[in-house]
Amino acid sequence: MNELLNQLRLVGDWLASSQQWHGDGGIPQRLLEHLTYSGLSLLFAALIGLASGLLVGHTGRGAFAVAGVATLARAIPTFGLVVLVVTLAGLSTTPVLVALVALAVPPILLNTFEGVRGVDPATRDAARGVGMTEWQVLVRVEVPMALPLILLGLRIAAIQVVATATVAAYPGLGGLGRFIVDGLSRNDYELVIGGSTLVVVLALLVQIGFTALRRAIVSPGLRVAAFTS
Amino acid sequence: MSDGEPLVRWQWIGDHAGELADYTGVHLRLGLLPVLFGLIISVPLGIVCHRRGWLYAPVLTVANILYAIPSLALFMIFVNYTGLTERTVMIPLTLYTLSVLVPAVVDGLASVPEPVRQAATALGFGPARRIVQVELPIAVPVVIAGVRVAAVSSLSLVAVGQLIGQGGLGYYITRGLQLDFPTPIVTAIALIMLLALTTDALLVLAQRLLTPWSRSKVTTS
Repeated sequence: MNELLNQLRLVGDWLASSQQWHGDGGIPQRLLEHLTYSGLSLLFAALIGLASGLLVGHTGRGAFAVAGVATLARAIPTFGLVVLVVTLAGLSTTPVLVALVALAVPPILLNTFEGVRGVDPATRDAARGVGMTEWQVLVRVEVPMALPLILLGLRIAAIQVVATATVAAYPGLGGLGRFIVDGLSRNDYELVIGGSTLVVVLALLVQIGFTALRRAIVSPGLRVAAFTS
Repeated sequence: MSDGEPLVRWQWIGDHAGELADYTGVHLRLGLLPVLFGLIISVPLGIVCHRRGWLYAPVLTVANILYAIPSLALFMIFVNYTGLTERTVMIPLTLYTLSVLVPAVVDGLASVPEPVRQAATALGFGPARRIVQVELPIAVPVVIAGVRVAAVSSLSLVAVGQLIGQGGLGYYITRGLQLDFPTPIVTAIALIMLLALTTDALLVLAQRLLTPWSRSKVTTS
């Protein structure tokens, strides 16, 4: 327990020292890099995952392929992918983005697909029966009903991306992982724990953000159902 | 990387076959033991959550918060207590499996049809015997679907442990970067994916053997 308190005090000291908050390699710069990697890759992954998930869920074609792609993508070690792309293409933001997009697509794709496929066929038929076009059925019925699962997929992806963006520091890129990797090589435990704490806090903020978003945009009629997922 | 260096030098793989096999064994241990430990924790926890519904939401919240902690950060926190050992990698990986396995057990138990439960009770099964002999076997497909997700993710996460010197095949990923030589990196990625996909296939097979009555409907999620 003393150990834990000591650890917390070290983190407090590190976060409180003003030199961390200014200039090159300070917390604001690293945080910005981290958010850039995470935000951009999540955006690309959402475009790919949502579009294909909605398409496959709506048409029902390619369901088998979705499950296969999801398992295959889950099996790729992200750490290895980042390092490989850096070795092949040199140090730039692109390798991180490629690896993080590959990581983030499967949960978005799978949950979007499951959400749309899970809509009661009778509801879908009723929507067609009142004269909705296929596009309207998708946008006005299927998407709102699938929203809890779609948000779950986006949340899982966002948390994984924020957490995994730390490994980008290993081959020499920026982001909050920089503190952890630098601290490790210098045997500076304070730096390691300080950096780790920042990543944990960021991941928890993402979790809280998505919970709030779900409260705000999921139809009240679906809230009870959403809990079980 | 120097120009003209091929993505894979087959010669290197041949020269290192024995060493690669050793690291593959370590990788399997580091990746799969946590899933086993996770299951040992999740089955009783899931049963309790299923019986006492109000417990499920807080347990799930804690599991999700643990899952939100980045692996690298969690490894670092445990280094202080367990040092640069295999345990430091396996404890966080075990904690991660809970966010998949606890819901899998609870959903699996919830998938048991009520008439089946009542029939078992009518035949004289007490609560404990009913869980073990009736409800858990029926829950197997849903639980295995969760185990598949946990096992595949765990095997691919092990590589990050290399940053504290315990990464199984992750060793070749950092080695390749240090040498600016892609072959070990490509080999490690390929082997890790092979391990994950083989494990996944074996779990599908295990499910068919364990639940011969549901052979027609194998679900994945």
